[in-house]
Formats: sequence, structure tokens, C-alpha cells
Amino acid sequence: MSTATTLLACIALPLLAPLLITALHRWPNPREAVTLLTATGLLLLVLSLYGTLQGGAMPVVPVAEPIPGLAIAFVLEPLGLLFATLASFLWLVTSVYAIGYMRSHHEKKQTSFYSCFAIALASVMGIAFAANLFTLFIFYEVLTLSTYPLVTHAGTRAARDGGRVYLAYLLGSSVVLLLLALVWTWSLTGTLDFREGGILAGTVSPVMAGVLLMLYIFGIGKAAVMPMHLWLPAAMVAPTPVSALLHAVAVVKAGVFTVLKVVVYIFGLDFLADIPATQWLMYIAGATILLASLVALRQDNLKLRLAWSTVSQLSYIVLCALLVTPAGIVAGSTHMVMHGFAKITLFFCAGAILVVTHKTRVSELDGIGRRMPWTMTAFTIAAVSMIGIPPTAGFISKWYILLGTLESQQLVALGIIIASTLLNAAYFMPIVYAAFFREPATAADHVPARKGAEAPLAVLLAITVTAGGTLALFFFPDKVLELAMMTAGAGR
Amino acid sequence: MLLSNLPALQVVVPLVSAPICLLLRRPGHAWACALTVSWAVLAMAVLLLRQVALEGTISYPLGAWATPWGIEYRIDMLAALVSLVIAIIGAVVMPYARRSVMQELDDEHIGAFYTCYLLCLTGLLGIVVTGDAFNLFVFLEISSLSSYVLISLGRDRRALTAAFQYLVMGTIGATFILIGVGLMYMMTGTLNMADLAQRLPAVDDTRTVRVAFAFVTVGVSIKLALFPLHIWLPNAYTYAPSVVSIFLAATATKVGVYVLLRLFFTVFGIQFSFDDMHVGDIVVWLAVAAVLTGSLVAIFQDNLKRMLAYSSVAQIGYIVLGIALATGAGVSAGIIYLFNHALIKGALFMALGGIMLRLGSVELRDLHGLLRQMPWTVAAIIAGGLSLIGVPLTAGFISKWYLVVAALEGSYWPLAFIVLASSLLTVIYVWRIVEATCFSAPGDERPGLREAPLSMLLPTWLLIALNLYIGVDAGVLTGLADTAAAALVEEALP
Repeated sequence: MSTATTLLACIALPLLAPLLITALHRWPNPREAVTLLTATGLLLLVLSLYGTLQGGAMPVVPVAEPIPGLAIAFVLEPLGLLFATLASFLWLVTSVYAIGYMRSHHEKKQTSFYSCFAIALASVMGIAFAANLFTLFIFYEVLTLSTYPLVTHAGTRAARDGGRVYLAYLLGSSVVLLLLALVWTWSLTGTLDFREGGILAGTVSPVMAGVLLMLYIFGIGKAAVMPMHLWLPAAMVAPTPVSALLHAVAVVKAGVFTVLKVVVYIFGLDFLADIPATQWLMYIAGATILLASLVALRQDNLKLRLAWSTVSQLSYIVLCALLVTPAGIVAGSTHMVMHGFAKITLFFCAGAILVVTHKTRVSELDGIGRRMPWTMTAFTIAAVSMIGIPPTAGFISKWYILLGTLESQQLVALGIIIASTLLNAAYFMPIVYAAFFREPATAADHVPARKGAEAPLAVLLAITVTAGGTLALFFFPDKVLELAMMTAGAGR
Repeated sequence: MLLSNLPALQVVVPLVSAPICLLLRRPGHAWACALTVSWAVLAMAVLLLRQVALEGTISYPLGAWATPWGIEYRIDMLAALVSLVIAIIGAVVMPYARRSVMQELDDEHIGAFYTCYLLCLTGLLGIVVTGDAFNLFVFLEISSLSSYVLISLGRDRRALTAAFQYLVMGTIGATFILIGVGLMYMMTGTLNMADLAQRLPAVDDTRTVRVAFAFVTVGVSIKLALFPLHIWLPNAYTYAPSVVSIFLAATATKVGVYVLLRLFFTVFGIQFSFDDMHVGDIVVWLAVAAVLTGSLVAIFQDNLKRMLAYSSVAQIGYIVLGIALATGAGVSAGIIYLFNHALIKGALFMALGGIMLRLGSVELRDLHGLLRQMPWTVAAIIAGGLSLIGVPLTAGFISKWYLVVAALEGSYWPLAFIVLASSLLTVIYVWRIVEATCFSAPGDERPGLREAPLSMLLPTWLLIALNLYIGVDAGVLTGLADTAAAALVEEALP
């Protein structure tokens, strides 16, 4: 298959899967087989793209032209490929996990669950391979709308309220700020294409460019820079697989991915370095890192603690992007992947604990490690990665982040990262400690691990893969780094 | 022969068929007659648009009387586009109308209903094709009088008061327009619009012409329900029979906008309207007020027809906003918005008509959990709602995009911001429908509630499909709108 066909297939495959999923709604096993096959197929398609990626500009694949001059078009590009690989690989794992989770949790409306999931993944692919900001924006909105039914899946009042906050923040920020930024960029430059070195240089004064940058950073609500972050905790009413893949990887990473794309391909690093507002926005990202960590520290609900930790970690990437150095871009792109693996593991574990013990609070987890040793070991690996200690993936990205701050002489940013590392340890380590070293509160939890005490096999399998991935990426980060460096090279 | 007389036939065919409907007596026959005429009108509108696109503006002297003296039908790109909107809505709503009208109207009224519908169609098309100011007034009255009757045919007794309210307001508007036209005639001695445009500049610093301008502007603003002259609209749309709500919501106010464009740009000219009279500065704030209050009030409506009616007030605000910018881009955005909004509102009111047929109510609390029983209708409402919000890949997005681009081109930052921020208000009221139909549990059992009949679903989804198509490929529409806008803005310049 040519690159163009493969790119289109990457979007069409998950987009068409819901038809089959809906047709098979009476037969759960074939229905889930469709999801698994689609996810596998998508992963293979994305992997096959690696062979065709070369340096320099790739051919653009146009699909439609809604507005003259603004096409829906796709292109193969290093950062997009990295994001697509991350999302498609973790979709496959999450699908395995979701089957175990949804069935042992006896969730309703599973057909629409798997359908919306597939559409969400199709829009992630659209975002990853978008050839211009216009295409990216379209799929960005589709992603919001297709994940709304997933967030409100439970159908309860709490789910409805969570869904309201979710929509209000994501649609609100993107329609008012991001769309305004898009139209403004369009009227300044007459194009929205992603070009190496950016398109804005020389068309707008640095001060106005600062306003524009602000519109972008806050308009991309999915990146959850404060004060646009509240949707993320609200989205935690969703079933755990949704929180795991979408609100730790796909949706939030779509946000920071967009930030990186805008920084590298719309503004360009050199132009951005001349804008005074960049510095201030970086401090806001820094503040988000620290404040969200502090809030995470106070959360007793495990999923909420993870959500706040995600808010904090996303701003790492935004901060890296706003360092406006190639090292910063490398760090941000790498962290996108590394954090994805660790955070999805943590959510998987939270879901496993919920399925087996029906516990949702951190304070109830005393001694849980004896009952679910496998799950909690994976949790520990992921937590270590979040802090950034070897031999886990988190160390690699933290290394590059620190390198980036040092190279650009941003000592404040350096201090923020170090302080935040300590805070990460402060809110993850007590969980690990309690799970393994505290006495269980009730007799029921005293039973040592035996058959039936651990999570369902499908769930454990998924946890093992992502935890293993977290370790493996420490030893083999080459491909990730290579793509990240190609991206950084394009910013000049 | 037939082709060269299209401009006249476009109006004459529905006009002549109207009394035939009354004579046919049988409801089915009257419907068949109206359906045939509506489709013929669509065919003619398409042919006319093609002719205008290929050969430029058509001038057709009625009865071969030479132009400044006889009545001239003049069809430029704008007229062709607006008559296409009217014809599309008419052609789509007629197959839909049979079931809806049968249920909502008494048998003996059905013949009269289709007669009035055809008269209303005649009036609206006539307004668009005519090049004569007084003739325009006549057609305006034909469409208005017939729509008063159409609204009063609603089952709800409040339809009568709604129709009366509209009649009072509409008559005031028509009178204002007539006074304005009379004053212009007094100063220039002509009624032909092109002729007026040539003669008015010589006398445009007189108080009479300025008063004439004020009279027609206010009169037309009543017709197109520009805030704060919109108070007739919510009741009229709410209590009219479903088919009438669809037809009027999608076409009547749009034709009002057309008249506004004609007066501002063709008759009085951009110089006089916007530079001397500063109408833009006034109208732009009324438009903003319409957008904000219309959307805000819509949020608090529990009757969905009423909600959409207030939403129309807001959407008219957007259209007028584009026009008030008085630039090529702004006017073009207004025309695109006009076209797309007709499709969106038509589809939404059609879906509501289906609910009205099956459920007998469009109160929000009666719609709880309706997704189960009427999935296609509810899906149409959601799709139309997304387009109303302006989500990408829908027609609504295209219109918003052009409007914001136009605002930014003129460096009207606050306007661009208001346009975008107010779409969040749209999100709120659309989401009230989504939450009620998809999330809330039904209050009482609704045994035997079925999906709307195919004859109503298909036209609804046809409009939705058009919406989505324009969202993906708007090139043709925007090209035509640009041509129309350029002609309006340029012909006014010396």
C-alpha cells in the first residue's frame, strides 16, 4: 500500500468499525472481536508507516476542501507518527483490558461504548496525521463529541453533570479561543498548513503574537493548562478504560500534541523565542505543575488523584514546548510517550482494584498488595516512572526535560521540575507503602493471593503489557528519541 | 420560449395554482397540486440560478413594457440564491406536509391551507425576483396576508392571538415600507429599483429621502424580526401548524434579509446607507443584542418550538451582523449564513413536526428518553443542533467561519469574540434537548409510540444531509455568495 492509502486507512478503519460493532450488538464475543481486530489492524497500519518516513516534507493527501483554500488533508510527520503509534498500541491493550473490565463490572450499553471508543480513536488518528491546523481542529472537535457519550456512560446524574463540565470546558475553550486563534492566523497568513519553521514569522508583531499564543495555549483546553483544567477531574465519572486510554493518553495527549504542533509548525521556534509572552505562559504552565500536584496530594479518591497528576504532567509538556529550544521539543515529545505508558498503567491498576474489591479510595488500600501483588507491582513500576527514577521510562523523559531547562538557562523551570518530582513522590509513594507494608484493615483483605483474588486475566494481561512497556522504554528509547529529534529539527 | 419566460413563470405558476387547490376540495388532490408546483418551482429556481451564473443578471420586462415604466423582474445572483433557498425548502417540505397537515388540521381547512401556502410561496418568490419597489410591497403583502392565515390555522387556540399579533406588527411594517416607497416616488418619480438607484443620489441630502430610508429600514426590520422588533415571531412560530413553522422559519425572515440587502445596497447605495446614514453602526448593535438576548431567552424555553423561535431571533442577528459590516466579506458571510440557516432551521423544525405528530407535544418534559422510541428523529435534532452550534463538518461551521473571518478582516475584534462566545449559549440550549432526550428517564409510559413516518423522516434527513454536505464541500455555495456580495457592494460604488 502506498503511504497515502495507509494514512487514509488509519482513519477509515476505526471510523468504519462502529458499523460492524453495532451490527453485531446481539453477540458480545464477535462484537469484541471486531474491536480487537480493528485495533490490531490499526497498529499494524501505523507501524507499516515507519518504513516510509524520511527526512523532509512528505506528500500531503487531500481529502476534501470544505472552504476554498482550507483542505481536510493528511500527511505523515514524525511527531504525528509517534502519537499515532502510542495511541494505537495502547488502544489494543486497552481493548483487551476493557473487555475484562466491562464484563466483570456488568456494564450496560457496551455496544455504544465500543463504537464511541473506535470513533474517538479515528479522530485521534485524524489529529495525529493532520496536514494543517484546520484538519486538526475538525478532528479535535470530533474527539470531544465522540468521547462525551463515554464520559456520561453511566447515565446517572453525576455522569450527566460531569459531562456538562467536560463539554463546557472543551467545547468552550476550543470554540471561543482556539477557533478565534485559527481564524486570526488564517487572516494573517492565508494558510493553516503545518510548515517547518512555522508560518507566522514576519506577519505579526511580537506583542500581538503573544496574544495569539495565549489564545492557542488556553484554547487548547485538552492540554489542561490552568485554568482550563477542571474538565479532567470531571471526566473521571467515566468507566475506567475510558479514563485510562482517553483521559490519560488519547484526549489529553491530543491537547499537548496540538500545543507542540502549534509551537513547532505554526509559530516556529525562532519566532517564538522573540515573543515576550512565551516566558509568562511558561510560568503559568509551571504554576499548573505545582498547583495540580498539591491538589493531587489531597485527593483520597484514587482516580481523582491520578487525574490531578495528569493535569500536572501535561503541563510538563507544555512547559517543555515553551522553552522554545530543540531540546525542549525533544523532551516534550518524549514525555508524551513515557507519561502515557506510566499513567495508563496506573489507571488500569485503579480499575483492577475497583473491579476486584470495589474500593475507590486511597485510604482503603492498606495491605492491598498482599491480595493483588501483580497489580500492585505494576502500580509501583508506573509510580516510579512518574517520579522519574531508573530503570523506568519516566527517567528518560525527565532527563531530557532537565537538560532542556538547563540548556535554555531557565532556572525557574528547573526548580519547578525538581520541586514537582518531590511532590510526585509524595503523592505516589504513600500508596505503594500502604499497599505492601501496612496491615489490611479488614479480615477479608487478609487473604494472601490465590485464585480469584487477583483481577480478571484480560485485565492483568493489559497491566503487564503497559508496565512492561514502561520498563522496556527505559532500555530501548531509541525510536522514540529519534522521532522526537526529527520533530525538533523541523522547528527551525 | 419557456426558458426565456422563467422569471415570470417562477411567480405565475404558484399564483395560478393557488386557487386550483381551493377548487380541488379533496385534501389529497390539493396536496398533490401543491407538491407538483413546489417541485416545478425548484426546477425553475435551479434553471434560473444556472442561467444567472452563466450569463449574468437577467432583466425581464413584464408584459414587454419598457423598463422604467413597466414592471421589471430582475434576477441577479443574490436573487437567484435566495429564490433557490425558498424553492428547496418548499420542495422538501411538501412531501413532508401530507401526514403532518392531515393530523394537525381539520379536513375542510386543508384545501385552504395549500392555497395559502402557494400564495405565500408566490409572495416570497415575487419579492425576490421583482425589480420594482412597489411590486415588492405588493408581494410582501401577499406573503404576509397568507402567512397570517396559515398561522391562524394552528390547532392551539393561541394560534389566533399569535396570528393577530403578527398581523398587527406585520401591517405596521408593511405600512412603513409603503410610506417609504411613496416618499421615494415623490422625490424621484420612479419605482424601478435600478432607476431609483440612479436618481436618488441627486436628492439624497433631502430630509424626505432620509425619512424614507428610516421608514423602509424599520418596516423591513419588523418583517425580518430584527431585535427589538421580533416580538411577533416566537408566538407565531410556536403556535402555527408544524409545516407552517418549518416553511416560515426557513424562508420568511430570510426574504426579509434579502429586502434589507436590496434596499441598503442596490436602492440607496452603500455610500448613502452606511456613510451618510450610519445605519451600520446602529444595526450592528441591534444584531449583537439579538444574538445575545435571543440565545439567552432560548435557553430558558421549555417548549422546543419556542426555543427554536428565539434561536431564530439570534441567528437573524448573526446574518444582520455580517451585512452591517458593509464589506464584501461581511455581506458574503451574511448570505452564506442565510442559506445555511434556512437548511438548519428547516431540518430542526421538521424533526419537531415528527415529534408533534407522534407525541402531540414538543414540551421538553414530555420528550424525556425519547431517543429510545424515535431514534432517527432525535438523531436529526442532534445533528441539526450541532450544525446550529457550528461544529466542524456542518454547514453551521462554514457560516460561522466566514462571519468571523469577515469580522477580523475589518478588525472588529469584539464582534468576532461575541460571535464565537455566543455559540456557547447555543450549546447550552441544544444540550438541554440532548440531555432530555438521551439521559432523562421518561416520566410516563408511552405505549405504541413509534418513529415518525418515512414521508417525514426522509425530507428531514435530506436537509440534514445537505447540511453535512455543505460542511464538507462549501466551495460552490461560497463562490456564489461571493459573486452575489461582490455585485452588491461594487454596484453601489461609483
